[in-house]
Amino acid sequence: MQYLEGRKFVVLGIFLAVAVVFAVRLFHIQVLDGSYKLAADRNTLQRIVQMPYRGVIYDRNGKILVQNTPVYDLMVVPREVKNLDTARFCQLLQMPVQELRDGLRDAKIYSRVKASPLVQNLSTPELAAIQDNLIDFPGFSVKPRMARSYQTQNMAHALGYVGPVSPVMLAKPKYAKYVPGDFLGISGIESYYEKELMGRRGVQYRMVNVRGIEKGAFRDGEFDTLSVAGQDLHLSIDPELQKYGEYLMQGKKGSVVAIDPKTGEILAFVSAPSFDPAMLTGKGSGNRYMELLRDTARPLFDRPLAAAYSPGSVFKLVNEAIALQEGVVTPYTGFPCNWKLVRCTHRHEYPANLTIATKNSCNPYFYQVMFATVRQGRSPSKFEDVALGLADWRKHVTSFGLAQHLQVDLPGERMGLIPSPAFYDKRYGHHRWTYKTIYSLSIGQGEIQVTPLQMANLMCIFANRGYYYAPHFVRSVGNRGPLSRYRQRHYTSVDSSHFNAIVPGMVAVVDGRGGTGENASLLDVGISVAGKTGTVQNYHGIDHATFGGFAPANDPKIAISVFIENAGFGGSSAAPLAGLMMEKYLRGKVAPWRHRWEEWLPGSADRFVSKRNRR
Amino acid sequence: MNQVRYSRSIDWVTLLIYLVMVGVGLLNVYAASYSADVPFERVFSADWSGLMAFNWFKQLVWIGVSVLLIMVLLVIDYKAYDTFAYVLYGGMIVLLLVTLVIARPIAGSRSWLELGPMRLQPAEFAKFTTALAASRFMAGINLRQQAFKQQLVLAGLTLLPPLLIIASNETGQALVFGAFLLAYFREGMSPLILLVLAAAGLVLILSLLVPKLWLVGAFTVILAAVLALNPRVLRHHLPVAAGVYAVVLGMVFGVDFFYNNVLQPHQQKRIEVLLNPSADPLGVGWNVTQSKIAIGSGGLAGKGFLEGTQTRFDFVPEQSTDFIFCTVGEEWGWLGTMTVIVLFMTLLARVIFVAERQKSVFGRTYGYCVASIIFFHFCVNIGMTIGLAPVVGIPLPFFSYGGSSLWSFTILLFILLAIDAYRKQDLVR
Repeated sequence: MQYLEGRKFVVLGIFLAVAVVFAVRLFHIQVLDGSYKLAADRNTLQRIVQMPYRGVIYDRNGKILVQNTPVYDLMVVPREVKNLDTARFCQLLQMPVQELRDGLRDAKIYSRVKASPLVQNLSTPELAAIQDNLIDFPGFSVKPRMARSYQTQNMAHALGYVGPVSPVMLAKPKYAKYVPGDFLGISGIESYYEKELMGRRGVQYRMVNVRGIEKGAFRDGEFDTLSVAGQDLHLSIDPELQKYGEYLMQGKKGSVVAIDPKTGEILAFVSAPSFDPAMLTGKGSGNRYMELLRDTARPLFDRPLAAAYSPGSVFKLVNEAIALQEGVVTPYTGFPCNWKLVRCTHRHEYPANLTIATKNSCNPYFYQVMFATVRQGRSPSKFEDVALGLADWRKHVTSFGLAQHLQVDLPGERMGLIPSPAFYDKRYGHHRWTYKTIYSLSIGQGEIQVTPLQMANLMCIFANRGYYYAPHFVRSVGNRGPLSRYRQRHYTSVDSSHFNAIVPGMVAVVDGRGGTGENASLLDVGISVAGKTGTVQNYHGIDHATFGGFAPANDPKIAISVFIENAGFGGSSAAPLAGLMMEKYLRGKVAPWRHRWEEWLPGSADRFVSKRNRR
Repeated sequence: MNQVRYSRSIDWVTLLIYLVMVGVGLLNVYAASYSADVPFERVFSADWSGLMAFNWFKQLVWIGVSVLLIMVLLVIDYKAYDTFAYVLYGGMIVLLLVTLVIARPIAGSRSWLELGPMRLQPAEFAKFTTALAASRFMAGINLRQQAFKQQLVLAGLTLLPPLLIIASNETGQALVFGAFLLAYFREGMSPLILLVLAAAGLVLILSLLVPKLWLVGAFTVILAAVLALNPRVLRHHLPVAAGVYAVVLGMVFGVDFFYNNVLQPHQQKRIEVLLNPSADPLGVGWNVTQSKIAIGSGGLAGKGFLEGTQTRFDFVPEQSTDFIFCTVGEEWGWLGTMTVIVLFMTLLARVIFVAERQKSVFGRTYGYCVASIIFFHFCVNIGMTIGLAPVVGIPLPFFSYGGSSLWSFTILLFILLAIDAYRKQDLVR
């Protein structure tokens, strides 16, 4: 038996061995391995993001354009749904049974125990209708959220809209701070000033139990931060003028841009056809967006910013300014209206000086003006000479803010196109083109492309006699004023004295007897308007009508560009529309004898084109 | 008349460890079921049924009952345990049979007897009755010299209760009876049985982990090497070697059959999860993963009493019963878990010490049975919470919440102390 007693040590040894294994293992998972602590925090810590109050957008007069309004999402926790009376539920929410079934299925796929939205964007009245009955439907709850609401039915393109962040965006590093379900500015000012409008999110760390039920703040809120509301934006848009512009442009395609030349502040920004900005917020906004997207008139297309047209005759002013700067012509230079060079718009008096030529928009005159600019004999070869001349010409033109981004505070700005020698070399081959090839540029036709916004800016330059402020919508972010780059003057490469020589011609266009833009004249109310009409050749259909101008001519307070697609001659549609806009802005009202214009202008562009001219 | 002698002869060390364990257990049951929403002050205004809604209060009641049980056990004449060993055993077999017939299934197991509001698990109490009967039987034989027939009777005696328990679908409790082998080993059972079982276990585990052909190949190489290096073995024990080879081969290839056809799906899962915790993260793997997270997040010194987030917020299931060790690990850290392990080691060593000082084979065998059963629970329960053993639903002795478990271990331990207390008297006689 003595020998069996030794076995107690074997038994004790087994006990001890297990104890040592446990001790080592426990030391490893408890002390050495930190991953279990992280896993524990992942289990219990819930990061609750507190969305900041999005900044409010005001108009020029300090009235609210866009604000926040509470909307409600109906949330469902699938596991808690018991004995759902689908018929009654659907009747209450006025939704088809199938939609409810699909919604519940999607929610289940997402999580059985976490809340997911079943119906989004319920308004307060809609909520009131169902709230009392919700008690009968376990598993359903209401989560409030802030959504945009609009105090205006205009300027949808400038304002843009707010929508849920898309998976495509989330993949980009720029949107690293967003999570699915977040809302952000998708287009327009909402998008451009997203950072300012959004403010800073607050974060709270809560402890939750295994069923996701809150059990209090983590470490008494030591790591929590409060949200900071977004900054308000004050727009330079004149709401009355904007509304008036959209009214006049209805039924047509085109754009109207009005700018205060003294500051670069955009007063009106009309893209036609337009839509009510409220269409892209609230319940059903997705469907309405698709409707707009499918519309063949492309209402979502931001024309002032992204449509590029040839400027037409308005561009003759730029060519004249460059020629004066180059010293190849004077305001008193006369050129014959020689139809062999280029067909003129109409028979008119001899263009003995700049003013007469401008008033009549004489094509051969400006053909010869640009010829003088680009063919200065820089080289004996006519090919080389025109290439060198065009390069110099282009340098002047780009100083007018063309063929570049004006840095307006909206996303999606197009640059337009001012052809360079390289452009024609590529198209025709080196030394294979002469002035005869590119003469269309002299009358603003051909390859040249500008956006309506650039055109309006061009008018600012003429109004200011040689400089511009980059056009912008926001005259103040919070109370800090506009972005610093909007306080900076951009000078053209043309002396202001030359602009003074051109403006009388522009005044003659509108106020002179038989001027092409006489329909824009406000002389009868004592306002002198300077301007220039244009007809943009359109190889796909009826020509586009355009007009650029500013008023009053001696102390300009508004510069404007009007493009009306397929409306033919600029003088008969674009000019009167610009006149009405300028009068509305300067006087706050329109003289009674122009009410017939007000009645006639809204509507389809067909009315401006005589049947004979339709192709 | 016996009081004076008791105070002198009861093993105070064991009693002290017992009291510490039960006290610490109560503290952790309180922590595991603690909710900040229910302030402690409410206890003072609660009536009886209100108090009984608290797990920790119920545990306190069970402890009170245990104290009464201890007193009763110590008052009973120690010879009664010897005398009535078979009667108790027979009674328990009948009770297990009855349970099997009348019990309502609770969580898939027909092992709970319901007496009014009380629920008892007879399987818990089968441990000490079987231990008593086995010790009694052992006292009458010499295991090393007795005929094979006697050994068979002992095996039958030990295996009958676990078979009935398996029938009631409580496999975990049945496995506990395997612990008796340690006690039998002390009394002379061949160490070969332990070694063979250990080797078989190793082969089973390896065949689940390692590709079968590798395993067979490695084993063939080792066996061939052994035979080549020991020509004597080759000459005299070739049939034995061949037999071992055949058995191992059979086991390696039989594992799949066993795993797929004998084990129930939930048992298969538990083994799969042990090998690969991420296999079923939200099902069975959940218990293991969350249990490890709770213990692992405790760090060196723990998060502090009532500060455990994982256990308090219900991430660990069965946290006051089978997974009570998680609360210890999370709130008291490595120092806490080591304290519990040291407490168990001290208790086991003391029980072995007490067993060894018994003059009767009955007393000594019973003592070893007590140590083995407690050890098995300790081993498997803590092993499963830290991912070293499959999830088997057996409680941690003296710590886990629950009347049946606390009482059965109390009875188990204090019968030994009662027998021990009369040791000197035995001498006198």
